[in-house]
Amino acid sequence: MAVQKNSLDLTLKIWRQAGPDAAGRFETHEAKGIPDSASFLEMLDIVNERIITEGGEPVAFDHDCREGICGMCSLVINGMPHGPNRGVTTCQLHMRSFRSGDTIWIEPFRANAFPVIRDLAVDRRAFDRIVQAGGYVSVRTGSAPEANGLPVAKQDADAAFAAAACIGCGACVAACKNASAMLFVSAKVTHLNLLPQGKPEAQKRALSMVRAMDAEGFGNCTNQYECEAVCPKSISADYIRKLNRDYRNSSLADIAG
Amino acid sequence: MEKIQVWVSDVVLLQPDRAVLRKIKPMFSDSEAEARITDSRRRSDTPPDGAPSGPLASKWTRHKDTSKLISPANRRKYTIIVVGSGLAGASAAATLSEQGYNVKCFCYQDSPRRAHSIAAQGGINAAKNYQNDGDSVYRLFYETIKGGDFRAREANVYRLAEVSASIIDQCVAQGVPFAREYGGLLANRSFGGTQVSRTFYAAGQTGQQLLLGAYQSLSKEIAKGGVTMYARTEMLDLVTVEGHAKGVVVRDMVTGKISSHAGDAVLLCTGGYGNVFYLSTNAKGCNVTSTWRAHKRGAWFANPCYTQIHPTCIPVSGAYQSKLTLMSESLRNDGRCWVPKRKEDCGKPPGSIAEEDRDYYLERKYPSFGNLAPRDIASRSAKEQCDDGRGVGPGGLGVYLDFADSIKRLGRKAIEERYGNLFQMYEQITGENAYEQPMRIFPAVHYTMGGLWVDYNLMSNIPGLHVLGEANFSDHGANRLGASALMQGLADGYFVIPATLPNYLATQKPGVVSERDADFKRVEADVNERTSKLLSINGKRSADSFHRELGLLIWDKCGMARTKEGLTEALRKIPALREEFWSNLRVPGSGDQFNPQLALAGRVADFLEFGELLCNDALQREESCGGHFRSEHQDEGEARRDDDQFSYVAAWEYTGDLARPKLHKEWLEYEEVHFSTRSYR
Repeated sequence: MAVQKNSLDLTLKIWRQAGPDAAGRFETHEAKGIPDSASFLEMLDIVNERIITEGGEPVAFDHDCREGICGMCSLVINGMPHGPNRGVTTCQLHMRSFRSGDTIWIEPFRANAFPVIRDLAVDRRAFDRIVQAGGYVSVRTGSAPEANGLPVAKQDADAAFAAAACIGCGACVAACKNASAMLFVSAKVTHLNLLPQGKPEAQKRALSMVRAMDAEGFGNCTNQYECEAVCPKSISADYIRKLNRDYRNSSLADIAG
Repeated sequence: MEKIQVWVSDVVLLQPDRAVLRKIKPMFSDSEAEARITDSRRRSDTPPDGAPSGPLASKWTRHKDTSKLISPANRRKYTIIVVGSGLAGASAAATLSEQGYNVKCFCYQDSPRRAHSIAAQGGINAAKNYQNDGDSVYRLFYETIKGGDFRAREANVYRLAEVSASIIDQCVAQGVPFAREYGGLLANRSFGGTQVSRTFYAAGQTGQQLLLGAYQSLSKEIAKGGVTMYARTEMLDLVTVEGHAKGVVVRDMVTGKISSHAGDAVLLCTGGYGNVFYLSTNAKGCNVTSTWRAHKRGAWFANPCYTQIHPTCIPVSGAYQSKLTLMSESLRNDGRCWVPKRKEDCGKPPGSIAEEDRDYYLERKYPSFGNLAPRDIASRSAKEQCDDGRGVGPGGLGVYLDFADSIKRLGRKAIEERYGNLFQMYEQITGENAYEQPMRIFPAVHYTMGGLWVDYNLMSNIPGLHVLGEANFSDHGANRLGASALMQGLADGYFVIPATLPNYLATQKPGVVSERDADFKRVEADVNERTSKLLSINGKRSADSFHRELGLLIWDKCGMARTKEGLTEALRKIPALREEFWSNLRVPGSGDQFNPQLALAGRVADFLEFGELLCNDALQREESCGGHFRSEHQDEGEARRDDDQFSYVAAWEYTGDLARPKLHKEWLEYEEVHFSTRSYR
């Protein structure tokens, strides 16, 4: 069970941008002797530590839990949001996925609705505003009925859970050529609309969340499914079809009054 | 005192026959009240905890019945400041807004949905007794008190167990997709330290689903206008006006702007201080700053030495390591912990070690709980094996968690269904497939039971300052049982604070303080000065390098085993390290920009002060209990408590001199349960 103690020498092309309105550029850094068991963010820590001791300004990037669940980390790595491996976030990507001598391009998630704050950190509050438009069940604390009073078929509960696994990282937007947020929105609508608790507001939810998404400047879905391919939680693009159906029904009901 | 009697029932309750129940009944009666130690030395010098007298089971109801109320029309006149948006903060902010209060909520992450509660894996306890296996409010209460090694408050813990069932109702109504059985009803699993199945879960992502439920409720209230959310905003100090907590000073982490927010009460829901160890399962951003700043403004810090080392984490792989990853305790339902019996076998592939050459040490030492022994005990046992030279993996700092038997018994598919995401996470980090070879695990810092001192209303000794969730000290004693952190965070936020906060608010005229007052300007000036100082040192070392050095020292001297000698050494080294920090720190960039290094430096500065209090607390507690293990006080590796001398809450007051904090004692009086030696054998 020996852990391989291999190390990598890498050339990094890192996006640097002083603020939302500043022009950005790629900066080249040589990263030598990176252990292959380090995570990608630990590799950036090593690079930043060196920049700091040499008197420079370290690369700003978002991260927090470093175990793939908080959704705070981002990065487009060699053109792929969250890097080359499927079903993982950047913080779960380890350097053993690269080879010594590789050149790695590191960019922020790019979308009009996600303005750059600095370097690799972007502002994703648009996602919060979409949830505020209807991504909840309107239940007041204290008014809930007994939990087992309403059975939910296991397949519905499991399907709702699979949709609810979305971590709101925004990789789907970064991967989409239209910067559409349909995968994110459809996952939340599917989660809640599948459950009996979410049914009373199902129509309104689909309508208002899609409208909020449009208002934030996200693009439309043209069924390329890049979003599904890069989603670290493997959220299914099938939900987009469900959302479209819910949205159509809601729109018709809305028009009919 | 009859020592072992109570926990003989761990064994006898497996066969609940009437004769046995008759036999154990007196243990819970008042007949042994005289066994309680009540001498004059034991006079608390903390404020009263405020729990009503009378029978334990009706205290909470009575307290609610007699608590003050604020009428619906008046609630909007009160502004409540909630710092933190995890389970405690989000649930409190949402619920108080629903009731009509004006709420301001702050979090350092870019969205309230990212608070570290999201990473909780295994589940949430509730005394629903859906499994019909003998669970009850009393049982959950008793197991929590016992699990905490008789160092928690009876009334608080009973209340926690009592409201647990309502939490599940609330979360299900929000659309939290808990695991269900084929009949459509809720499923349960078992957790350490209990012999019933009362843990509700959503695969290995229970914290995520509960937090999203609370976040969605919070979002609903933000949309309604009841809550104003400040994301990427960090609390840097507490403002008191005439001794009452009336606001906070915060830094906008995007623009760097430092500003004040005034309110009628402040709720700190800012989590624990596990990152004082540098390596922990906490998120990188978790910090002690808000509670430490409140401490320096007068709030007492209670029991900081009660830290939880979780037994099942992925071992450290190198010096560059930035954090540790937990593997849920639920894995111990189906995984068996072992190490080779012989030292010379440790380097061999695990599959080549014959069954008879393996030491399933938890099953050997604790036959009635086996692999589901509580966390502190399982962690210490793992350390014992490694100290004995029988650890596995790099540096011999690991033990096996083996699923081979369960896979044989239940099939790989069943194990995949239960723990698929955890096995995947393990493979991502280690490059190893745990379906084919055992996991390697090692204990890591995970949770902190200590926190700011609070009374039954969750109010600290500073009037108006309330502390919820992991940030307070009140419910878990010296060790927390698995799946109880989520329960406590949500109990505090959804059900306790909405009922107890009016007791304070009703004494206050709303809206009388303003950010323009001199008290605010003074604290703002302090914060600006500290920030400028951090930026102006211009030394050679990064904040991270100081944090690592502090963490290694604390882990070494105040980790799984502590000695007087080691703690004294740490107390000598910490001030020296702090001095170097303030003379050789380098924070690049400026204060008026997005500057993660500046935020980190401020947090490390506070850890460097807090670490000293942590070691002081560990030094004064000359006993072993729960997560606090003093090597001098043990019976062959088992913690030896000293109830006579130490059954108190240690509440520390800041005196202006970090080396000489003042100790206040709150003696724990048990009316319902009796001290007993905690045995899981």
